[in-house]
Amino acid sequence: MKTDANVSRNRKSGGYLLKSRLRKGAVSVIRGLLLFGLCFMIIQPILSRIGISLMTESDLYDSTIVLLPRHVTLENYKIVFDLTSFLRKDFPYLDSMLNTLWVSLVVSLLQVVACTLVGYGFARYNFPLKKFWFGCVIAVIIIPPQTISIALYANFNAFDPFGLFTALTGKPLNMLNSTVPYMLMSLTCMGLKDGLYIYMLRTYFQGIPKSLEEAAFVDGCSTMHTFVRIMLPDAVPTIASCFLFSFVWQWTDLFYTRNFFKSINMYSTKLQGMTSQMTRYFSQGTNSSVIVAQAREQQLLNIGVLICIIPLIILYVFTQKTFVQSIAMSGSKE
Amino acid sequence: MAKRNNPDRWSLKEGFGAFAPWSDSYHSMRARNARTGVCFILPFIIGFLVFMLMPLIQSLQFSLNKVTLIPGQGYTLSWNNFYNYQYAFGIDATFTQNLLDESGKMVINTIATLVLSFVVAVILNQDFKGRTLARAIFFLPVILSSGVLAGIEQTSQSFNMLSAVSEEAANASGVNLSASLQSLLSVSGVGSGVFQIVFDMIDAIYDIVMASGIQIIVFLTGLTAISPSLYEAANVEGCTAWEAFWKITFPIMSPLLLVNTIYTIIDFFMKSSNSVMEHINTIQLNAQYGEASAQSWVYFGVALVFIGISSFIISKGVSSSEN
Repeated sequence: MKTDANVSRNRKSGGYLLKSRLRKGAVSVIRGLLLFGLCFMIIQPILSRIGISLMTESDLYDSTIVLLPRHVTLENYKIVFDLTSFLRKDFPYLDSMLNTLWVSLVVSLLQVVACTLVGYGFARYNFPLKKFWFGCVIAVIIIPPQTISIALYANFNAFDPFGLFTALTGKPLNMLNSTVPYMLMSLTCMGLKDGLYIYMLRTYFQGIPKSLEEAAFVDGCSTMHTFVRIMLPDAVPTIASCFLFSFVWQWTDLFYTRNFFKSINMYSTKLQGMTSQMTRYFSQGTNSSVIVAQAREQQLLNIGVLICIIPLIILYVFTQKTFVQSIAMSGSKE
Repeated sequence: MAKRNNPDRWSLKEGFGAFAPWSDSYHSMRARNARTGVCFILPFIIGFLVFMLMPLIQSLQFSLNKVTLIPGQGYTLSWNNFYNYQYAFGIDATFTQNLLDESGKMVINTIATLVLSFVVAVILNQDFKGRTLARAIFFLPVILSSGVLAGIEQTSQSFNMLSAVSEEAANASGVNLSASLQSLLSVSGVGSGVFQIVFDMIDAIYDIVMASGIQIIVFLTGLTAISPSLYEAANVEGCTAWEAFWKITFPIMSPLLLVNTIYTIIDFFMKSSNSVMEHINTIQLNAQYGEASAQSWVYFGVALVFIGISSFIISKGVSSSEN
């Protein structure tokens, strides 16, 4: 019955119905293929990494084994845990991971707090030189931190803003071996990609109707109260997504970590230097130095990457809604 | 009362007055608001001056001088007649070569990234089953290609994961589809110059997808902001989807195109896997601080030139499409 109705409808429309149905079908098939291909390309390396990570060394050299291991083993993970936390023996396994965790948490918290304040200031207040300062925000996004890394290094090697420490203690302060410099930078919006967060939050705050604050002002609400009680609750999704970005990028960051966290055991630097540790690790207990095969090296490196991204992916699965929601919201307000 | 007409502008006197308690305009509402605003952005001002402007000036100094670092005490500078820049262009064998290579790659990558992320954003903005999942997967590269992971990705790709065994497997399982297609086309006499670029893009598609997470988000934000009524109106007037795309979607998205272009260029130039970046890092580890500074300034200058050119082209294109 239904097909009959469709046929007659199609006839009435002069063939238009069939054509449009066909076009829609073709579009969705092509779209499906394209999306599937691209998604597969993103997911596939993770899956093959998981497969490879479970192989024993002999499986690696067997050309009949491509994805799934024949002899499943978890030994490799233990080796990588050992490799990435070489320095401390009392609590060896998760040492560098825990350090990375607390550093990332603290740093991204500081960054988000500072950037929220600054973004709100830019969105809502009108003050002299506003355009100039906003230009500086853009400059912070554009200028690669590598340009100033040497100067920063020299600066923190002898930290002495405006001669303050020379005046107080007689000599400049060496801050290279502490986490303080980077915390200071995060607190003053100069950490990793802070310009971007300021920009995102400013765009968000600009989209909230001004009448809200005016109403609060008329009712006698102070500036700080308005900000904390009225603006912040609305902005939670955007702030959360900034926090997540910041956390994730800090977690994997190599540049600032390498420059500022020399004294503590961080996962990203350990991962970077893992290949050079391998010979030493495998030579332990033997008299000769063992040469690690390239395939084996790559396998262990892959496990290192897996260990690095698994917490992030778990985090992402749980917070994915926040990401998408914040995007939808910032879109509808613009 | 002329100032009321244009509330965004501050005259010099008024601007000072807002921060000087003895001034007449200090107690106005406008001045109070200005002070609150400055308090809000104070962290940024301090940070910018101390951790950005000062190091920038210093690094410019470094690039013009010979630098010797004394541990725990600071550094000494001695003028050396632009030696560092001469070193970058004349003496250092790899720097200029790397710079040219990376710039060429950057142009191709940027174009490919923009096109891909735009197409993907348009698709992800449509309504279909499993959209949430597809979105989630396309944002994954934001996590997977950041920081240390990008560098390791690069090395493991150049080793082709497990090069000891993969050659045979690759030949058997047809991984090198694009290579065989390429040889087929070049045999049949299709011009090689342009096609080489296309093939390079196809080979690099994984890198391009991994580098376009943020760009997709930015485009998607813009697309969701376009009101559907615009398309409805165009449809009623007899506009085809193709026309609607070029007359509605594209002009509205073009400011974001500029944002994304700049972001892509910077992202490409700042990747730690970038050969110029690696080179600068090695020089710095050799304690050639002056030379490293000079090279990073040259590098930054090149990036700026590219950003300038592309924003010029795009803003021209935007204004012409609006007319």
